[in-house]
Amino acid sequence: MPERIKHVPLDIEKVKPPRAEIHLIKNQCKGCGYCIEFCPKKVLEESEEINARGVHPPKIVNEDKCILCSFCSAVCPDFAIFVLEKKQEETKK
Amino acid sequence: MSAKRSLLTGAHFLNGDFACAEGAIAAGCRFFAGYPITPATEIAEHLSERMPEFGGIYIQMEDEIASMAAIIGASYAGLKSMTATSGPGFSLMQENIGLAVMTETPCVVVDIMRGGPSTGQPTLPGQQDVMQAKWGSHGDYEIIALAPCSVQEMFSLTVEAFNLSEIYRVPVLLLGDEIVAHMYEKVVIPPPDKLRIVNRKKPHVPSKDYQPFMPEEDFVPPMATFGEGYRFHATGLTHDEHGYPKTQSSEVQTRLVRRLCDKIRKNVDKIVKVEEILTEDADVIVVSYGIVARSALSAVRKARAVGIKAGFLRPITLWPFPEKHVAKAAAQAKAIVVPEMNCGQLVREVERAAKNTPVAFLSKLGEDPHTPAEIFEAIRRGI
Amino acid sequence: MVQEIVAHPLSKYLREEMMPHIWCAGCGNGIVLNCFVHALDELKADLDKLVVVSGIGCIGRTAGYTNTASFHTTHGRSIAFATGVKLANPELDVVIVSGDGDLFAIGGNHFIHAARRNIGIKVICANNFNYGMTGGQLGPTTPLEALTTTSPYGNSEHPFNLVHLAAAAGASYVARWTTLHVRRLTQSIKRLMQKEGFCFIEVVSPCPEIFGRRNKMRSGLEMMGWFRKASVVENFSDPAKADITPDRIVVGEFVDIEKMSYEKLFHEKIAQINEKTMEKMS
Repeated sequence: MPERIKHVPLDIEKVKPPRAEIHLIKNQCKGCGYCIEFCPKKVLEESEEINARGVHPPKIVNEDKCILCSFCSAVCPDFAIFVLEKKQEETKK
Repeated sequence: MSAKRSLLTGAHFLNGDFACAEGAIAAGCRFFAGYPITPATEIAEHLSERMPEFGGIYIQMEDEIASMAAIIGASYAGLKSMTATSGPGFSLMQENIGLAVMTETPCVVVDIMRGGPSTGQPTLPGQQDVMQAKWGSHGDYEIIALAPCSVQEMFSLTVEAFNLSEIYRVPVLLLGDEIVAHMYEKVVIPPPDKLRIVNRKKPHVPSKDYQPFMPEEDFVPPMATFGEGYRFHATGLTHDEHGYPKTQSSEVQTRLVRRLCDKIRKNVDKIVKVEEILTEDADVIVVSYGIVARSALSAVRKARAVGIKAGFLRPITLWPFPEKHVAKAAAQAKAIVVPEMNCGQLVREVERAAKNTPVAFLSKLGEDPHTPAEIFEAIRRGI
Repeated sequence: MVQEIVAHPLSKYLREEMMPHIWCAGCGNGIVLNCFVHALDELKADLDKLVVVSGIGCIGRTAGYTNTASFHTTHGRSIAFATGVKLANPELDVVIVSGDGDLFAIGGNHFIHAARRNIGIKVICANNFNYGMTGGQLGPTTPLEALTTTSPYGNSEHPFNLVHLAAAAGASYVARWTTLHVRRLTQSIKRLMQKEGFCFIEVVSPCPEIFGRRNKMRSGLEMMGWFRKASVVENFSDPAKADITPDRIVVGEFVDIEKMSYEKLFHEKIAQINEKTMEKMS
């Protein structure tokens, strides 16, 4: 945690920060790399695997850092990625 | 929007362009897009006044290319639509006439023929667009073209053109000429309930089962309208029954293009109309259409008066060409005479149908159509 | 982590049977389509009242991809076709998604006249600076000196400034974004859909395979990098000064005015005529 934020929010027990659930439709990816490049939190990386189109789809390397901005989904020309909010029950586990 | 003013009925003294415009309204046309051009301008002028009275649309587009495209759009949005032009505009329309053929769009295109090529003779008659009507747009297709020879027919064949376009989902061409368009004659317009009006068949299945280009037994698919919940696709590309492009498939291309031709070819007996007078025992038959047919009939009567067995055959439907009628007439005649205001267009079809019967072609260009005397002379030479 | 298979939330706006689309990797057309259907989703648009029309070219395939009534016209004629649709049934939302060559070269005349009439059709133009589908020839938006298959020595033609053209011709709404401005583009499309009259959005779009690689931008990322570097948002600035240059792509909304649409004016006229006739008859 950065130095300047030292106090703990009063409602931290009640309000859970939203968590992301990133969905990749790997075989739809054409490997343009936009989602990787323009993610503000660098959540994605190019993977080693080769998909049905013969390109390297992205892989999720840091889902916890995702802030659900969904820029990856909006900038994807191939409808191959989207982000949903994880259900709170799941995050409690 | 409802009809607030009544349709024109009864006997009137009109010019051909007006009669054509009134025919369109009587047929249920509620969308006209056009661009001014002599000698078809009066159709646009008249419809700009009349269309709004029936809640219909008149729009003057930026050119004939746009006019043709707009009437296709209006037809898909559910209105019967029409444009009117002359040779130079007809040339510009060919691109989207092809689109209308490919997307099976009911619409009517009026071409008031004048002297060509190019800008040619804007104020004078011609019959030089006959082959362009059949072959003007690229690719293989069949189309329907009607040729009126009187102001009365400018009315009745306009109605017929709409009916045929609705039945076969094909653009129907009305090939008039400067004379039938501009001359004034008596026209008798029947009351609306005596007029045969046909509307396109609509899909009888829900949207999810609808295949926009799946033909029925008559080779014609039912047509859905934009905005009625049918989310279908139409394209000028080679497409399957769903309307989706299948540009790499020879099978789909063959099936589609053959059907587009077959829906006219296999229904040809229902489409074709001819007028035959005194052909049963004729030695010489004059095959003539449009304004020239008026002189031709006069010449045939004159020939009969002097004892020559002459007959008159007028194709009202130029396309599809009434091959059977001409062949039958030719089989018993010694000669055929074809007067045309061009350098030889429909005569080629006549020759093909006439087989061994000699065909004399009588060409005329410029201001006047053939005189009865000129055609009479050709009949006399024919025997 | 375990990923359950969930459909893309926007997939209901697409014709699944037509997917995947034909566009190259990194092509901006997919982003335009994505933003368009995203805007439809946010607007909760009535898809049964929507007609998507396009012309010829790579992005011309858009009409086939959207799950709406759609029509793929001849080259350049989408606006003329759409004019017929909109006038015949003003209740329909008529959207054109097409390219710069289609709309401004072969279809340029239709564009300016539709804008002049202020007919309520909505035009989204993907400007990729060249004719992609036919292999990368120069077009009306190709920058000076750019290399294309028909300007092998560098383009000597001055390109159109599309937003200036649209504004001058009389459009009610004019905006330009790049495919990197996905959020603003989506909002802008929502505005376009809701506004009366002729509306136009230019989307500067990467064509890495055909245009970019001949012009020192070998990938979509490099082209998007150019947009990132050169774009400046200047809302309601003078469109005349919004020429696209290698160093500067002015984006934003340029025009947003209230003006009666052609179809409204025309249908009001019809109502007046009918009223007069009724008076005469009574």
